[in-house]
Amino acid sequence: MAHRHEVIVVGAGGAGLTAALYAAKEGADVAVVSKLYPTRSHTGAAQGGIGAALGNVEEDHWEWHMFDTVKGGDYLTDQDAAEVFAKEVIEAVIELEHMGLPFDRLPNGKIAQRRFGGHTKDWGKAPVHRAAHAADRTGHMILQTLYQQCVKHNITFYNEFHVTDVILEDGVAKGLVALELATGELHLFQAKAIVIASGGFGRIYKVTSNAYTLTGDLQAILYRKGLPLEDMEFYQFHPTGLYPLGILLTEGARGEGGILRNALGERFMERYAPTIKDLAPRDLVSRAMYLEVREGRGCGPKKDHVLLDLTHLPPEVIEKKLPDITEFSRIYLGVDPLKEPVPVMPTAHYAMGGIPTTLWGQVIKDEKNTVVPGLYAAGEAACVSLHGANRLGTNSLGDLVVFGRRAGIHAARFAKDADYHELTEEHLGESRERIERIKNSTGKEKVAALRAELQQSMMDHASVFRTGELLKKQVEILKELMDRYKRISIDDKGDAYNTELVEALELGYLLEVSEALVHSALNRTESRGAHAREDYPERDDENWLKHTLAYKVEDGKVCFRYKPVVLGRFEPKPRTY
Amino acid sequence: MQVTLKVLRFDPQKDQRPHWETYQVEAEPWDRVLDLLHKVKWYQDGSLAFRRSCGHGICGSDAMLINGKNRLACKTLVRDLGNVITVEPIRGLPVEKDLIVDMEPFFAAYRAVKPYLINDEPPPQRERLQSPEERERFDQGTKCILCASCTTSCPVFWVNGTYIGPAAIVQAHRFIFDSRDRGKRERFKALGSGSGVWRCRTAYNCTEACPREIPVTQLIEEVKRAILMDRF
Repeated sequence: MAHRHEVIVVGAGGAGLTAALYAAKEGADVAVVSKLYPTRSHTGAAQGGIGAALGNVEEDHWEWHMFDTVKGGDYLTDQDAAEVFAKEVIEAVIELEHMGLPFDRLPNGKIAQRRFGGHTKDWGKAPVHRAAHAADRTGHMILQTLYQQCVKHNITFYNEFHVTDVILEDGVAKGLVALELATGELHLFQAKAIVIASGGFGRIYKVTSNAYTLTGDLQAILYRKGLPLEDMEFYQFHPTGLYPLGILLTEGARGEGGILRNALGERFMERYAPTIKDLAPRDLVSRAMYLEVREGRGCGPKKDHVLLDLTHLPPEVIEKKLPDITEFSRIYLGVDPLKEPVPVMPTAHYAMGGIPTTLWGQVIKDEKNTVVPGLYAAGEAACVSLHGANRLGTNSLGDLVVFGRRAGIHAARFAKDADYHELTEEHLGESRERIERIKNSTGKEKVAALRAELQQSMMDHASVFRTGELLKKQVEILKELMDRYKRISIDDKGDAYNTELVEALELGYLLEVSEALVHSALNRTESRGAHAREDYPERDDENWLKHTLAYKVEDGKVCFRYKPVVLGRFEPKPRTY
Repeated sequence: MQVTLKVLRFDPQKDQRPHWETYQVEAEPWDRVLDLLHKVKWYQDGSLAFRRSCGHGICGSDAMLINGKNRLACKTLVRDLGNVITVEPIRGLPVEKDLIVDMEPFFAAYRAVKPYLINDEPPPQRERLQSPEERERFDQGTKCILCASCTTSCPVFWVNGTYIGPAAIVQAHRFIFDSRDRGKRERFKALGSGSGVWRCRTAYNCTEACPREIPVTQLIEEVKRAILMDRF
């Protein structure tokens, strides 16, 4: 079957729905293609808040937010992106409120705000109340509100359509191929402009806060087609994943006063970040937790985690402001945060890197910022680069609405003056061939076993701390896994809801993005933000104040180009808190 | 521990009607039912089909009938079920394969109540003000993850699929009681009609089924009252 829409958005999370909404408001005919039902995207799992210098609780300025973002990103953040972001996120939060988003309120009726990691006043002097929130369900409320608006604007949804190909010819984006999960049929989508907002890829790691569906599909598809992925070495681990599952426990818990403790009961963050302690940025806290465990001060029989202590907080604060994470602890661990501290360990959480874009979400293909006409990206799938080497908490929800909106508006305006491209059945060929190969394979390799090996090895060799030796080992493991991937076979030969086939395709994407990540990490011989190389412990601005663009040459071979960081009002300085 | 997992299977390409299949699975008491389904799918029979995404009760994908009750597979632990576990698709929606049902009728009901803020007054420069009490008034409904557990546990919905169902009423409630909204009359058209709130027989199945502990029946009663108050 064939379809055509002026703007087609891939992904129905926060960035995708925002892009769709604003493209529709520009008058474009818009459709959203998502491998899930709407409202099931992972934006809904975001808990703590959306950062914006509203100044509702105390004095705050967008310049402070911009500074925190740049410093939090260890100066790899592009300062033009951070400036646009810090200014526009204020308006975006107000717009969300006007759309009906049920933020928590202050007694004076304004939107409530709380503290969050790395957000400060007065250029780093003390934590500031900047995160607008709706209990610990802020992402859920954003996702619901945006979907509600899409219903209001009659936006077309192709639910449970798994994109298998982006058609790029003559350097131009022409359309998409997607597998309809219900029927197994391949569909051809003609578009004047495509916005990729398909989210992250936390499932490359064993312990992750990410949904099962976050497998980097579109990053991998573009990477296979010769487009670059930017700054893939920067992958964020969130400090407080519920041990051992990795389910997210919001940083808002520390924003409300929660404290991390080691086996001796020490508040160990005092040693690592004396000014803002437990509210230091995520890369710092994650490393501190690993070091505590490594030095023998971990908790539990295996001494392999630390504790998040909320017991000193008033019970009503926990019940009212952190109800969901309280429930998670009770259900999954049988631990009541009111009475005892909760076991936590860093969990793979967010890709700072992704598909490189301009400030308007246009996908670029080289270090000269040459755009791919008709192709856009936003949200976690993209790298604008707002988050640099380490994203601050609450800046992902802000990123979605600010850059999702920009991508949607620009895509709609581009589509107005563009024509449809001729597409034929032949464009389905590549997808059909890949699917048939998996279905007809008589190989002995199993998807689940390969995926488990990938996830464990990525955890062991390319997570919070890295060394050249471990990364080289992982390069070899990935080569072997990619080779074995060619011999996978599946049980399900049917058409309807062949979710086994989907998982097989997803494993292919996971391997591709892992390859880009590991090679980029091996290539960058410094430590910056979330990329901590033990063999190169210092930040090296002279050689590495630049963005990595990783290009696939063939399986196991990657080449690099570099893009300068956009500097501006903030000179790179040593990063202390 | 060994768990016997019985799953109601249906493949539209092969089967006339659903049939039970039984699997033996090694499990820990802290395993989620979702973990068991994954163990079967990944290591015993790859053709088993079910939906899941977030894995911790936020996305609403994996609502199913577990030991006779609607629950989320990712929020239901083996230790609370014992070593014989039955899993079936939620009832009242067409089964597409195994545990996957067609959600379209459910979302059609959702759309019918105009589930979005209606207010044509020009908004202020900054946020519309709302007191914490006004915000609290509709808090329960905002927790809804649209998993369909409530609607598909409702005997009225089983008998008559045109009933708009608890989930859609919860969504309507969320806006009717929002101090910023001006659209309740528009919503009352769908809610007050023959397939609207008056079909509710107060069976409380919905409240018991809700994995987010929303007092669904109470919210339905509040919507009924709001419609009555509006009439008189």
